[in-house]
Amino acid sequence: MAKRPGTVMRLATPLKAWVQRFLFLLLAMAAFALMLLGKADIALIDRARTAVQDGLTPLLDGLSKPIATVNGLIDYASELANLQAQNEALRQSNEQLLAWEATAREVMAENARLRGLLNFVPDPAVTYLSARVIGDQGGAFVRSILVAAGTAEGVRRGQAAMTGEGLVGRVVSVGQRSSRVLLLTDINSRVPVLVGEARHRAMLVGDNSALPDLLYLADDAQLAVGDTVVTSGNGGVFPPGLPIGRVASVEDGIAEVSPFVDWAHLEAIRLLDYALPGLIEADGEATGGAQRP
Amino acid sequence: MRLSLLHRIDLWARNLVPFALAALLVVLSLAPLRLSGFGAIAPWLPLVAVFFWSAHRPDLLPVWAVFLLGLFCDLATGGPLGVSSMTLMLAQLAVRSQRRHILPHPFIVQWVIFALFAVLAELVLVALNVLIATDFIDARPALFQALSTIAAYPLFAWLFGQAQRTLLRAH
Repeated sequence: MAKRPGTVMRLATPLKAWVQRFLFLLLAMAAFALMLLGKADIALIDRARTAVQDGLTPLLDGLSKPIATVNGLIDYASELANLQAQNEALRQSNEQLLAWEATAREVMAENARLRGLLNFVPDPAVTYLSARVIGDQGGAFVRSILVAAGTAEGVRRGQAAMTGEGLVGRVVSVGQRSSRVLLLTDINSRVPVLVGEARHRAMLVGDNSALPDLLYLADDAQLAVGDTVVTSGNGGVFPPGLPIGRVASVEDGIAEVSPFVDWAHLEAIRLLDYALPGLIEADGEATGGAQRP
Repeated sequence: MRLSLLHRIDLWARNLVPFALAALLVVLSLAPLRLSGFGAIAPWLPLVAVFFWSAHRPDLLPVWAVFLLGLFCDLATGGPLGVSSMTLMLAQLAVRSQRRHILPHPFIVQWVIFALFAVLAELVLVALNVLIATDFIDARPALFQALSTIAAYPLFAWLFGQAQRTLLRAH
């Protein structure tokens, strides 16, 4: 063969081009198939996702530590600069909070007494698991983060993720040592919520922007800018009453919510373990409660 | 031409450099920098890699490697599967067909051509994401991602150029 390279080359070049073109078509079809299949919940795809996630965890974990140190130093320096102003602000907020604490204690005591009178079925206890954030949002089309805790730590799909400020999102895939949390702002995020003191029911729907929208509000719902938004607990996935954010704007019947979470400082988040016994009953109750007088 | 086993392994490892470098950049871009909103507009480095290698050494980044790179990108970022693969493969096809018109130009012109490719690639990404989400999505992050990718091009093109010069000189 080596003696007559001319013939081989003459045959091989068009063949190679043909194979290349065929391969391109084949792979393009594979990519399209993945786009279609990716929407369905397929075990194999989920396993591939968690495998890659777990594989990346040690590397990202190693990377996140020095970055956290540098960030800590920068925060420290910037805080030193406006220490006095911050001190004053904190003192004021402390006074306000003390007043609120007294009110909260009173209300809690009253609440407990009233619940006792009504034989109220208590919500199951919520336990926490804290995990470090090791992976940032990747790109312009997804809003999700990776955390360094997985099935080994007892993380389950659907758990709520929080910081001290408010709800961050929900666990969507769980690997051995890592989990992915879909943020409130992602286009696939749907959280049933209650808005304002009137407790209007709505769905908080992400649109990949910083301000998720409130959809499926009742026609007569009156919203005001600044109304607080909390989880409703409908569907039994999230515990009720988790703080989410405030209504930032109401225009043409579309309300946008500004979440409480400081996205720039997501270093560790808490995953809530909330096992609601009798999910179906809870659902039935929820639909019953949705009927307005 | 006969090659010893060691030589073969060495050659194989060198041929893997473009893919490995691109995959590494995908991982590095996931590192939590905690700059508010940066994650959404961070440069899409796989596109830089596909553009550079398809123009300079198309033999080192075959179409299946581009497919795998896109798949890895989607799996690692948690995005919809197949979107990155499709976009990167289309970019590769376009760059390969225009190779002769890209290579003779000085760096600045190549950069301008890359800018055009980056904007087109982001348009394809937006279109595919809208198709999958069956909903309108905010296109502004995509625009900013295109700009940051264009801004990141010189640095990473230089990095790939260095890799080509030092590691792949044997060819």
